[in-house]
Order: sequence, then C-alpha cells, then structure tokens
Amino acid sequence: MRKKGFSVIGKPLPKVDAMAKCAGETVYADDLNLPRTIYAKLLRSPHAHARVLRVNPERALRLEGVYAVITGKDLPEKFGIMPATQDEEALAVDKVRYVGDPVAAVAAVSETLAEKALGYIDVEYEILKPVLTIEDALASTEESQRIHTWNRRANIQKAVSLEFGDMDGGFAQSDHIFEGTFFYQGNTHLPMEQYCAIGFYGPDNKLTLWSSTQTPHYLHRALAKVLGLPASRIRVIATPVGGGFGGKSDPFSHEISVAKLSMITRRPVKITLTREETFYVHRGRHPVKMWMKTGVKKDGTLQTMHFRSFLDGGGYSSYGLASVYYTGALQTVAYKLPSYKFEGVRVFTNKPACGPKRGHGTPQPRFAVEIQLDEIAEKLGMDPLELRLKQLTEANSITVNGLRISTTGLRECIEKVAERAEWKKKFRKLPFGHGIGFAASAYISGAGLPIYWNEMPHSGVQIKLDRSGGITVFCGSTDIGQGSDSILAYAVAEEFGVDPADIRVVTADTDLTPVDLGSYSSRVTVMTGNAAIEACGKLKKMLLEVAGEVLEVPADDLEFADGRVQSQSLPERGISFVECVQKAEAKFGTLGATGSYKPPKHPANYKGSGVGPTPAYTFTTAIVELHCDGETGEIKVDKIWIAHDCGRAFNPLLVEGQTEGSVYMALGEALMEEQIFRKSGLHKIPSILEYKSPTTLETPEIETILVETNDPEGPFGAKEAGQGPLLPVVPAVSNAVYDAVGVRIHEIPITPDKILRALDGRLKPVSVPDFQFPPPIKWQPGEGVQVPQKN
Amino acid sequence: MAVSERSQKRKKRRNSVLFEQGAGKILLRLKVNGETREVATEGSKTLLEVLREDMGLTGTKHGCELGECGTCAVLLDGESVLSCLMLGVEAGDGEIVTVEGMMQDGKPHPLQKTFAALGATQCGYCIPGVLLTAKALLDKNPHPSRDEIRQALSGNLCRCTGYTKILDAVELAVKGAEAP
Repeated sequence: MRKKGFSVIGKPLPKVDAMAKCAGETVYADDLNLPRTIYAKLLRSPHAHARVLRVNPERALRLEGVYAVITGKDLPEKFGIMPATQDEEALAVDKVRYVGDPVAAVAAVSETLAEKALGYIDVEYEILKPVLTIEDALASTEESQRIHTWNRRANIQKAVSLEFGDMDGGFAQSDHIFEGTFFYQGNTHLPMEQYCAIGFYGPDNKLTLWSSTQTPHYLHRALAKVLGLPASRIRVIATPVGGGFGGKSDPFSHEISVAKLSMITRRPVKITLTREETFYVHRGRHPVKMWMKTGVKKDGTLQTMHFRSFLDGGGYSSYGLASVYYTGALQTVAYKLPSYKFEGVRVFTNKPACGPKRGHGTPQPRFAVEIQLDEIAEKLGMDPLELRLKQLTEANSITVNGLRISTTGLRECIEKVAERAEWKKKFRKLPFGHGIGFAASAYISGAGLPIYWNEMPHSGVQIKLDRSGGITVFCGSTDIGQGSDSILAYAVAEEFGVDPADIRVVTADTDLTPVDLGSYSSRVTVMTGNAAIEACGKLKKMLLEVAGEVLEVPADDLEFADGRVQSQSLPERGISFVECVQKAEAKFGTLGATGSYKPPKHPANYKGSGVGPTPAYTFTTAIVELHCDGETGEIKVDKIWIAHDCGRAFNPLLVEGQTEGSVYMALGEALMEEQIFRKSGLHKIPSILEYKSPTTLETPEIETILVETNDPEGPFGAKEAGQGPLLPVVPAVSNAVYDAVGVRIHEIPITPDKILRALDGRLKPVSVPDFQFPPPIKWQPGEGVQVPQKN
Repeated sequence: MAVSERSQKRKKRRNSVLFEQGAGKILLRLKVNGETREVATEGSKTLLEVLREDMGLTGTKHGCELGECGTCAVLLDGESVLSCLMLGVEAGDGEIVTVEGMMQDGKPHPLQKTFAALGATQCGYCIPGVLLTAKALLDKNPHPSRDEIRQALSGNLCRCTGYTKILDAVELAVKGAEAP
C-alpha cells in the first residue's frame, strides 16, 4: 500500500550496467571466445540482380583448414520477420537480389583463411537488369523484371488504401487546399558495433546461438524453421547490443549460417561482419516519396487530409508490411482530423532491404505533415504554434482511424518548448541567414499487436526471492543501450522498497527467461514494467501476509521501504526485508512468481488496423535554431529544444539520454546521412568515412524538457522515450531553413547544394509516380468494438 | 621528431621483437596497463588485434578497423591512438593504456565515475575509446573548455547519446566534483 512518493522511480540513478561498460568489462558478442572456435565468412553477390546458376565449393573445401562450405541448397527453407511475407533465404537458392546478398558461407580455422576460401568458391551467375528506383519498380510489367515471384504484381510488395470518414466532403468544406510532394531519403542505423554471432551445436544435440540481436524471440523462431530443429532444442542468447536502433531486429543470414555450420562441424562457429557488410545488411530507413493534400478552414482548422506514400523497400520484405502501414497510421494522432485517406505502396528494388529504423515508417510522413502545416500557417498568416494549439487531439479520445489516445501532453510540450526557446521573440524576426523552426509529433509506446498474432503475453517476467534477501528478475527483454535491464531493476526495487543495485537482472536468454517480444516499437518499458509489477504483486501478497502476522498489524497498513516491511501507523513495528522473505519461505515454500503483460484490445477492426494501436501515445515538440549561409548553403545548427511527454520519467537521466540520442540521429538524417547507390546497384559509400554522420562538432547543444502525464496504462505512469523524440526534429530543421533563408526544402538530407539550387529557383519539386492504388477499405469511427478506458 | 630520434625509436621497436617464430609469428613484448607481457603473434597483426585476440583485452572495441570511427582508441605514451591503424610491433617500446587500465588500485578513474553517474553510456560500445581520448585530454589540459572537449572527442563517433551526456560527464570530471 503506497502512501508516500516513489523512492526509486523518477530518480537520476546510474544504470545497473553503467560501471561495467565504463570498465570495459561488458562482454559483447565479439568479445566471447569459446574453446575450439572456428570462424565463418559469407560470400556475397557482386551483382544487384542475377540468377545463381551454380555454386561450386569444391576448390574451397580442398584448402587445409577449411572445415565446411554451405550454399543455398543446405538452407532452402525461407524465413523473414513477418509471418505473411517470408521471402528471405539464408543463402541465395536461385537468385541474388542486391549487391551483398549472401551466396555461400565458409567455416575455417581462422578468419583469414575463411576470407581466402571465399575466393575459391566458384559461382556462375546469369546477370539480370537491376530495378533500382520506385518508378522502375512500379513500371515493371515483364516477368523477367520480377525480383520475387510470390507477390501478385511484379515488384509491388504491398499496396494499401484506407479511407476514414468523408474525405470528399472534407475538401468540399475547406476554404483552402494545400498540396505538396516530399522525399525522405533512406539512411542506415550505423551502430558502432558490427553484427556478430556465434553458433554452437553441442554434443547434447542442442543449439546455442549468441548474437547481437534486439529480438532473440523472433530469431529463435526463425532458427527453428530454417534449421528444422525443435524450438525447444534451441537457445538464443542476445549479448549486450552495441547499438541497435532497429537494425538488429530481423533474423539474419549470418546467424542462421553459423548455426548450420556448427551443426556440420560440431564446433563453435563465430562470425563478425565488417563495417562494409553492415551497410549491406542494412534494414534501415525506407526512402519514401510522398504526396499530401490537406483541406483547411480560413481559421486553420483541419478539415481533411489525403496522403500517399511510395516506399523503396529494397530486395526483401523484412518488416515492410508493417512499414507501409506505419507511413499512414499516425497522421491522425497529434491533431484532430475529421476525415483522412491513406494510400501507400512498398516496392521491391535491387538494393539492401529496408526495415525498421528508430521511428519505423513514421518520420517520413511526419516530415511531410509538419512542413505542410508550417506552409498552411504561413499562408493564413498564423503563428505555426497557434495553428496546432487550436486542434490538438484530446485525452481519452479515439481518432478517425480508430486509435485510442489515453493521455496527451502535447499542449504542454508546445508551450514549454516555445517558452524555453523564446519562440515569440525570434520567429520571423531573425535576420536573413538565421532562422528558427518548429514541429510536433506523436509515437507509440509499443505495438498493440505482436508480430505473430496469438493470445499469449507480449512480455513475461519471473522473479525469484531467496532467503538471502536476494531478488533475481528474469525477463526476455534485450538491453540495446536504452537501459531495459535497469528499468526492470528500478521497477522491482520500487515495489519491494530496496536498492536497485541489490537486484540481479537476467535477461535475453530464451532458455532462462520468459518471452519478451524484443526491443522494437518502443515497447519495453511499458510492457516489461507492467509484467514486473504484476510479478512483484504476487510475491508482495505473500510477504505482507507473513509480515502482518508477525507484526500483528493489518496487511494494508504495511509498506515496503528502505529494505524493510514497515507498519505505517505504528512506526516501531517492522521487520527487515530479508527476515520477511525467510518467514514467507518457511510458510509458503520456495518463493517465485511470474507476471505478464498484453496490451489492451484496440477499438478498430478493419484490415490494417493492427498497425498503429498502442497502450499509450507519446508526444514531442522540437524547436531548431540554425544559421544557414546564403552564399554557401551551409547549415550550422545552433541549438535544439525538445519537449517530450514521457508519461512519467522512470529515470530522468535515461529519458533525457534517449531524447538527446533521438535528436542527434534525426539531425544526421536531416542534414547529411544517406544510403545511396550507383547505377549498377553498388552501394556508393559503405564506410564510416564516406557515410557522413554527426560528430561532436556537428551536434549542437540540446535542451530537453520532460513533460509528465502519468498514463494509466504505463508502469508508474511511464510511456516511451526511445523513438518518438526523433520525429519532430527533421521537419523542424526544414522549417527553420525557411525562416532563415526563405526557401522550402521538401527533401532530406538538406544539403548545401539543395539550398543553393532552391535559392536560385532551380530545386525541382519532388516527383511522385503515377500509380493506381487499390479501391479503399472504408471505415467509420464507432464501427469497431468499444473498449473500456482504464482510469 | 628529429630523424635520428625516429630511427632510434624504430631500432628500439625492433628490439622488442624478440625472435621470429616460424610462419610469420614473432614474440612481442608489450607493456600494457603497467604490466609487461610477451605474446607470440603475427607481425602483420594490428595493435587492436594483438590486444583483443592475443592478450584477451577485449575492453578495446572495433567499429570499422579503418581508422574512421575512433572506437578502438587506446593510449600510447599518453597519446590517444587508433589501435586499428598501427601494428602491434609498432607499439613495442611504448606504454599502452587500455580501458582495463583506467581503474587504479581497484578504484574507478574520475571519468569512469562521472560517465556512469550521468548516464553517458548507453550501448557503451564506443565508451572505452571515448574515455581514453578524454583521459589523454585531461592529462594534458586539466581544465579544458566545453569546446576544447568537443574538439578532442570529435574523432570518436557515438550513435547513442548525442554526445550531450558525454560532454557533461567530462566537464563534471574536470570540475573534480564527486559524481552525484
């Protein structure tokens, strides 16, 4: 029974793994060295699109010290993260679909020899014409141009069309209609740690795979499927991830290959990809072309919106099915829209597959929306903040596309960020070359539906209490640096009134820990936090019963605090936590409990309504102040203010860290990062030197403002912080450039050449393809199931 | 550095290569974290590879092995160097400090304390290189400005933190303040 404030939640505590990381003691995948390890390398296709006619490993196998070579024939079973679109092969069976697509894998006594052996594998290709642009993919009609054969229309992975409310009526009622096209360039995660995996098929005929992965559970499923082993014989251990950002969320060729090579050689097989290879593995931000039309009243009230997205998916489906829906799902969450139509299409091209990068499919439309709103405000002579403030969505409301918003701190985010940045003093008042821009956004705290639709929990936590007073928390969640291990420790420490440093956390091991779906969609704090609280609740009930008996006070008078179980009305009565645990163990036997979490059901029931719902939305606002040189087009960002509605700051240091990191990553995307290719399909810049990303010198001061709304669905009120804060920064940069030099840039990265061309009137509008979308699925609010609100 | 000095240094380096051991292997004597150790290794191996693979010092990480990211930085005679860009044999006569050598007498270096306390580590992978580069700066310039810290760390990429908490942590260590 909590009577006073929190003792752990909300405190700026160090992360539980912070000192190990500072001491160099954290064991990442490549730091693991098992006895008898041999090393693997992948042979990758030099062609963007080709049929594989023959792969002959004989010459490689003759090299002394080469133990095994596998090809597509050894692993013919297809896999992929989304159950409906499993179109990947661990090693190409009959076709390669991008430069870098793996064709064969070698295991040898040393990495050097494995590398050498690649040159002894003979591959015969029939080279096909690569498809490299969205336009060419949409125009593919001939069978020979098909990248995959499973999809209905050549090179179209998925086309969707959804209409909510009366869009035509909305435009008819509008006083002004705004139309624009936009392009959000693709970019990659660039985690500092390269991919690495170790497979060992032991003498017990069980497979263990260590990997730098964000999603051990889905990897577990893929391994079982492709290797044909019972899942119960496979153990996946996610090692501490040296940066993920979404890039380590798919099951990958290198993971499956080392497992298979170990099954053949019966030795641990290790693979560490080079930096160049990480650019080919990719799964990063989709390049997206967009068209957007918005109708407004004279006073700026939004009447309706029609949005189209064209996603360049690369060679495989990956998360694409979800990505295309995400480009359309969240437009309705920040501002009230009475009607809305979304049409989206994802195409296959002969480039590394795109997937989920921080914000997954939502930064692109947010870029378009927030720039167009800035243009609308300009045209109507309104302050862009006022335009937004008059039509924010409300708490406990349902959007036109059936998304339930529980809490919102967007108004406070707008007001606070404007105050700190002195918006009113600066907007449209700074001299030429100096500007300020604003944007807002909304994001999910975890996907409302699992990737494999079933009724099982999304997150499970198991807690062991032993007579030493020690608390061990087991959970499948994967710490990718965001601090999910610490979140578990804080939640459990808060519940039991102990120091988080006294809690042992065991995570991300499919043998030892209950399933958590993984570190994606900003789901971990909300879902593991709730599961942990539930597990603690079961144990606390036992502890309180015992303590109540011993202390002769009613259980609801007791609280857990300072390592004790204490009466609140009679302060002299209390026992230590350890003693309480021992008495409970004596009474009930060995102490352990589990907790689970499953998001609430969502209100909508149309096809595609599975993407967008979440336990709780977060809201963010950003103001960017920059200098833009009218002569050179160079941009120097002076400062970024960011306000984020995080529900409750579980640990303000960690929330700020996630926010600052998001701002940084957004700035890279806005100003410099791009995944670009030659006409042959070869990556132009697969190195850190050429793929520009911000260093300390390009990263400005970032001022973070945390807004707390205490969401009833969040553990202790918390919502996400890891992805949402990226979204508003990119359009805010574009809006600030307009304020500085008076040109609108509708595409990223916003490079000096684009600014100079725009200043000369030579920057052409983004072209979007002609495409006949399917007839829309129409849905009206209220057609779905009604879901009661939690208070 | 004068030419004669350079050739002397080179000669010293050769002396640390004790003898050839067939198949390109050499016996290399390195002083790492105050401890002199001998390892049989290939002369073609980078210092990074010698540290990680032959000496088991996996605290030093790699991000590109091309000298582009700063992740593998270690200290050689107090200077921050990229261990992926030099051979192990080139470090033969120097004093090498890796992240494992930052703790003294079982106590964390002030930078390690402030980095942990302020949340400057997220995934932590770039942190060993960042800590050592910051240490090299503070050893030379105990009171750098925020801009000087920025400049010194401009060769160390971090994709998690946006650098804010890293700069804050170095500044806090500069102040000599006890971590909160």
